[in-house]
Parts: sequence; structure tokens; C-alpha cells
Amino acid sequence: MRYDRKNRPKKKYRKKKLLSLILITVAILYVIPIIFTICNSFMAESEIAANYGKIFESVTGKGSSRYISETVHLKFIPDMVSFKQYFTVLFNSPDYLLKFWNSVILVIPIVIFQMVIALLASYGFARYRGRLRQIIFFAYIILMLMPYQVTLVPNFFVSEWLGIIDSNWAIWLPGIFSPFAVFLLTKCMRRIPVGIIEAAKIDGAGEFKIFTQICIPLCKSAIASVCILLFIDYWNMVEQPLILLSDSDMHPLSVFLSKINQGEIGIAFAVATIYMIPTLLVFQYGEEYLVEGITYQGGMKG
Amino acid sequence: MIKKLKRKTALFLAPSITGVATFFVVPFLVVIFYSFVDNPIRKRWVGFDNFVSVMHNKAFRLAVTNTVKFSLISVPLIIILSLLVAFALDKNVFAKSQIRSCILSPMMVPIASVILIWQVLFDNNGIVNEILARYDVTKIDWMKSDGALIVIIFLFVWKNLGYNMILFMAAIANIPKDLIEVARLESASDWVIFRTIKIRYLASTILFVTIMSLINSFKVFREIYLLTGDYPYESLYMLQHYMNNMFAALDYQKLSAGAIMMSLVMIVLVGLLFVIENFVGRDLED
Repeated sequence: MRYDRKNRPKKKYRKKKLLSLILITVAILYVIPIIFTICNSFMAESEIAANYGKIFESVTGKGSSRYISETVHLKFIPDMVSFKQYFTVLFNSPDYLLKFWNSVILVIPIVIFQMVIALLASYGFARYRGRLRQIIFFAYIILMLMPYQVTLVPNFFVSEWLGIIDSNWAIWLPGIFSPFAVFLLTKCMRRIPVGIIEAAKIDGAGEFKIFTQICIPLCKSAIASVCILLFIDYWNMVEQPLILLSDSDMHPLSVFLSKINQGEIGIAFAVATIYMIPTLLVFQYGEEYLVEGITYQGGMKG
Repeated sequence: MIKKLKRKTALFLAPSITGVATFFVVPFLVVIFYSFVDNPIRKRWVGFDNFVSVMHNKAFRLAVTNTVKFSLISVPLIIILSLLVAFALDKNVFAKSQIRSCILSPMMVPIASVILIWQVLFDNNGIVNEILARYDVTKIDWMKSDGALIVIIFLFVWKNLGYNMILFMAAIANIPKDLIEVARLESASDWVIFRTIKIRYLASTILFVTIMSLINSFKVFREIYLLTGDYPYESLYMLQHYMNNMFAALDYQKLSAGAIMMSLVMIVLVGLLFVIENFVGRDLED
């Protein structure tokens, strides 16, 4: 092997610089849509109409058409920073706040109760591994992987029989019993050394005590990961409300946002930004947990 | 002793199993039943008629073709791209963790929030056409032509690359370093190392990512719906659109037959995952 002492490190360094440059470009391209949305949320309505009027022409109405320029500009920095759109969203149009509240009220109970049920179940799966339980666990994995095209049909039928269709329960209950969290938490619980559990048992702890005092604290980071994954998944939900809630007043903002451009394009960016704030905050403080959660999903076998 | 443990821990399982049974398993059995009868009230046995009529349905065929087409293009694309990014990030580069965060961020943002920029970009009067016009390329009405598929694939890759990248990065970190050291001492080229060591250790992850990407590609309805509403361009008419129409028409038999066919496909895919993972895993342990 040729090894040129002088040249090699230099060449390596240049390669590193080039690779970094490419990756940084990709990374910037990746966040542009998010930054763009946030920046544009500070544009006044007239500025939005002027810049993007042509795109949303059919909806901006005749009154504002004189502002529309011939070309469409992609603009990041508003000519004038305006908070009026935020003011409008927060105080003058209760519709958006209501939809935001719908999202909160649909998502939070699902995350909390799915965690409770799943923690219990994962202890049951991890503590004792009989043949029957292995089969049930395998069924959970298959169920977890089923797309909405499949699971929504049984969900719909049950909701109809129980008479909970068109109410929040139709979203809550299938969400709460969804096997996703069970799978990840079981994998975590199975990693707890049996020795610790046996020791606690000898000290006289009952099963429930072992569960609450030992297993839950040891799985803290997995619990955080699963909560984050659940939250982003349900915060983004579209399919379930479309089918299970026919009353569009009950729809979460994730569905409603797509209809906003039929009306008030001026505040659409502000609403979109408000809607991403919770997930961006979660990302800011929980990125490590998120990465860990995804890595956990990696090995399918428990 | 073990019997007692079994009984006690069964209590922990009870709530979950009851819930899964009521909301997924039992109704699914009914779905199977519905798919073989002529209608839910009369309950006359019709055999495979429902399946046949669904399969002959034009809209269903269109939906299947589009879904398969989308998956066949987007899944290999996203796997190659995310593998490339993961390998690149594995090298010693500047601002590694920031780059990772940036690429992961689309996963966190609700799709509904970033739909607007996609509309600004790909509208008939949008930015992309504006730029194309500067180079004298004729306008393409992206969302209302076959270009729509490209836009959606773009969006899909943007959204899901981070997830795959994390999985690949974890797998790359698990490749035994000493093996590569030895190979390098034996003056194996990078390509040989890649082909004979890295790919073999990554095989099961690649498989897992393939299956997960396939499943995610079935969920692309969400993006399409938010971008184009109830009536998308023909090439974007996906299986979920078909199912939604069946829901709206309350056509229980077709709904059931469709769901069952879909679930059979999924079961085959998952089964394949397990079989191959077992096979590959054994290969490496020896």
C-alpha cells in the first residue's frame, strides 16, 4: 500500500471539508421549509397577498387583487414584521383556537392512557414469557404494523356498535389501546436484569411494588421516547378524524389547516407556526430521547 | 411458584388485551365475516364475490396501481439516500450533531404546517415554475399533472429520511471496528470492505428499514390529502382514498374485502421480515 506521509492527511482534510459542505447544504435545504413558514408568519396580510397572491388567487378576492404582483417571490424576511396575524388568530378568530384545543383534547388523553395501559402490559409480557404470551406479543407486532387502511375498518365498526362514532371516544379508545407503546416498552422491560427483580422479591415486594418502584424508574428514558413518538404521531393525525368524526367542528387543527387556504391566507402561516410550536419544543428538549426511541424500534425481535 | 407468577402477571396484561380484543381483534373477525356475505343485514353467504367485485373495480385498480407505483419508486430511493447520508455522517465531519438535528426536524413538524410552502413552491404560478421560466423551460402544472407524483415523492423523502438515517447510523455504529481494521491491514480497498463487511452487518437493518418505509409509504395519503384535498390528480389516487370513498358510501362488504386483502399483503411482508431476519442473523453469529 502506498502511503505518502505528507499528502495523505491533507487529502483527507480536503475530503472532510467537501463532505461537510455537502452535508451542511443538505441540512439547510431540509430546514428551509420550516424556517420559511415561521418567517412568513410575521408578514402582514397585504404582504402575503402581494407575494403569493397569484398562487392563492382564487381565494384572495377582488379587493386585494391590485396588490398582487405579476411574479411570485419567495421571501424570507418580511418588509415589516407584523404581529397582527398572531393577534387575529389568538383573539379575533376563535375558530382556530377551538381547533387547536380539539387537537390537544384528542392527543393528550391518548398519550397518557396508552402509556398507562402499555406500561402495565409490558410488565406482564416481560416478567413472564410463556408460549401463549409470545404468540400474543407477536400478534401485537403485526397489529402495530398494520396501516390505517386496515385498522380503521374494525375501529369504525366497533365505534358504530358502541354508539361512540362522531364523538371523541371514537378516536380516544382505539388510540389508547393501540399496541405501539406496548411493543417498545416490553423491549425495555426485558432488559432489566432478573436479579434486581428477584432481590426485591426476597425483600418482600409484591408484583405491583416491583412494577412501580423498580421497573418504571428503570425505564424512564424509554418512557420519554415513547411519549415523544406517540405525541408527534397523533399530533399529526389526519385519517382517523376524517373517517370517525363527520362533524368538521370537532376536527383537529391538523385536518383543518389544509382547508385554511380556501379563506384567510394571510393568517395561514401564523396558524401553521402556532401548530408546530408544541412539536418543536418537544424536539428541542427531547431530541436524544427521540433518537433513542427510533433506535429501539430498530431490532424488531424483542 | 411459576403458576402463581403467571396468574399474577396476567392481571397486568388484562386491560391491554381486553382493549385490543374489543377494538381490533373481534371487529376484525366481523370484518372477515362481512367480506363473505352480501350485506350486513341479510347476511347471505356469497363466497368470494365481494373480493372479485372489488378487484374488478376500476377505482380500486387505479388505487392499487398508484400505491404500488409510489412505493416502488419512493422506497428504494429513500433507502439509498438515507444510507448515503448515514455513511457520510459516520465519517468525521463538521457540525455532525447539528446536521443530524436538521435532517431529523421534518419528522417532528406536523405535515399540515408545512403544506403551505409546498403549495407556494409547486403551484402553477409557484416558485419552481418561476425558476424554470427563467431558463425558458415550459411551465408544468405540478399538482395537476404526472409531476404530482414527483412532488409527493419529494415530500415523502423529506419527511421520512431522518427516521431511516437514525436507524442506519445506529447499525453502522454497531459494525465491529476491529474487523474493518484487520481488513484495512490486509490492504482491502474501501469498496471491498463495504461489500464484504459493512453491507453484511447492515443487511438486517436494511431489511427492517425497507419494511418500515413500505409501511410509511402506505401512509402517504396524509400528505396527499393535505396538499390536494378530497379530489387529487388521478396519479395520486391512493388506496386510502378508495377506502374513504367506501366509508362515505357505507359499503361495508367492499370495505371489509379491501381491508382483508390489504392485511394479507401486510402479513406476508411482516412474515418475510421475520424469516429473512432470522436467516441473516444466524449467518452472522457463526
